[in-house]
Amino acid sequence: MIEAIGLTKKYGSTMAVDDLSFKVEPGTVTGFLGPNGAGKSTTMRMILGLDNPTRGKALIFGEPYAHLAKPLTKVGALLDANWIHPNRSARAHLKFMAASNKISGKRVDEVLEIVGLGTVAAKAAGKFSLGMKQRLGLAGALLGDPQVLLFDEPVNGLDPEGIYWIRTFMKNLAAQGRTVLVSSHLLSEMALTADHLIVIGRGKLIAESSTADFIARSTSVAVRVRSPQLAELRAALVQAGLAVTDVDGAVQITGAPIEQVGDIAGRSGVTLHELSAQAGSLEEAFIQLTGDSVEYGTSRAGSGQPGQPPPGQPPGPFVGPSAGVSEGWAKP
Amino acid sequence: MGQTMTLLNVERIKLFSTRSPYWCLIAIVVAALGFATLFGLIDNGRAAITYLVMQGVGLGMSIYMVLAALSITTEYRFGTIRNTFLAVPRRLSVLAAKTLLLALLGAVVGIVVALSAFYLAKALATSPLVPLELTNGDDWRQVLGYGPLFAIAGVIAVSVGAIIRQSAGAVAILLLWPLLLESLFTLIPTVGENVGPWLPFAASSKWVSPTSSVGDLFQSSGSGPTPIQGLLVFAAWGLALWVIAAVLLKRRDA
Repeated sequence: MIEAIGLTKKYGSTMAVDDLSFKVEPGTVTGFLGPNGAGKSTTMRMILGLDNPTRGKALIFGEPYAHLAKPLTKVGALLDANWIHPNRSARAHLKFMAASNKISGKRVDEVLEIVGLGTVAAKAAGKFSLGMKQRLGLAGALLGDPQVLLFDEPVNGLDPEGIYWIRTFMKNLAAQGRTVLVSSHLLSEMALTADHLIVIGRGKLIAESSTADFIARSTSVAVRVRSPQLAELRAALVQAGLAVTDVDGAVQITGAPIEQVGDIAGRSGVTLHELSAQAGSLEEAFIQLTGDSVEYGTSRAGSGQPGQPPPGQPPGPFVGPSAGVSEGWAKP
Repeated sequence: MGQTMTLLNVERIKLFSTRSPYWCLIAIVVAALGFATLFGLIDNGRAAITYLVMQGVGLGMSIYMVLAALSITTEYRFGTIRNTFLAVPRRLSVLAAKTLLLALLGAVVGIVVALSAFYLAKALATSPLVPLELTNGDDWRQVLGYGPLFAIAGVIAVSVGAIIRQSAGAVAILLLWPLLLESLFTLIPTVGENVGPWLPFAASSKWVSPTSSVGDLFQSSGSGPTPIQGLLVFAAWGLALWVIAAVLLKRRDA
């Protein structure tokens, strides 16, 4: 179990992490979500005792990381797959870590097999592809068979097969009752991996909830109606106190259930050509939530319209929440 | 004690699972034995005096400092220092183990290389001016003295590496300091002459310099530390740098 209490990190005058408090529980994959530069990596490094917090503290099993005896047997971490000496073999890389925590050499070969690097164990790690380096990093995290695992952007730069492999791997670890914290800047990825989300922006906590709740709450569901008697319908909807926007040849109602819109149309005797629910994409929702907290965002001309990606930047791939959720909750 | 052995073993695995230490060790042997060969052969070895034969070993000591500095700066360069601190969060223990390993290795390398150089020159020199013998303490000190010297040089190099955390910078400092900085310092009027011999590398050279009549050929005046004072000054510099490195290591983010 991981706990952050008022965790704060200041670099000069920049607040990288600002009074962050959260808990990560065992048995589920917890997603640590935020745009680039939100302070995810800094937070993870503070949890692991690599960076000293300016204020506050992070505890693992109720203790600071530095107080853990044989920490690799309790906590495994993959923060950066490039933390390897290019001339050192994969096996030697794991061997020195194993030796420091009195983990047997047999276990080194075991984890190399688990991640599928058994045949290249004697090869210099510098010659590995990014996917292989990620696997080596994962092997290092698994060395001590730890109950708590932290992964920082583990799917970055991986091919679809590698992404699927790591995702399944993390879910299995959680299913075994372990505590898994995995960071990402992609909500669509987290929707498929994490059961629980901790969302941060500019170092501050934005949300902490189950992934399903987060998506349901933050994707604005709008209702779209088309009618030959549009003006009449529009007036009725406004009269009912609903928020109505005009979209080419149709109106869109936000913040009202689709049933209510249908009922109003029926009561006014208006013919409908379309009555449909419009789900916003996860990326849209995410940008809407963290839009004000992007550290290096482009200046946004359309900042009055939340949900619009910044100009010059293509909108993220459309991932409907329904599609994402059903796939994400399917058992691997 | 068990913990110390464990961490020494970790540092040993790290040091010898990369290529650069092997290249450095080869370079040390070439420098030491190369000089010994030259002095042994040229003019039938007339100039083969222990102090001069050992100059190649002194060059080897500079190369050893490169080896020791790289052992920690490469960890920062490639990020493996973070893997190390994740495995052993007690950072001072890590620094202590690395320093101890490089001091021990330095002592062994220094003694082996110095003895090899001496006996090689002795074997090659057919008519030396002074017979190459290890009879009194003075003779032994000029050869075996390189053991503690390499050990302390290792401590200094690891400390500088931990302070600078950057290979090129640390190596530049460690090479230019004895070769350039201390020589330039002695050029400063009055102060340079009095303080210069007490600077770490000047002092360290006293420890392996002759004190008998032959010594007068190589030393300008009687000022500066005695051999044992030279060694202690060198060790004191090593300790001071190590303390600075330890404080910074504990305080800085990895």
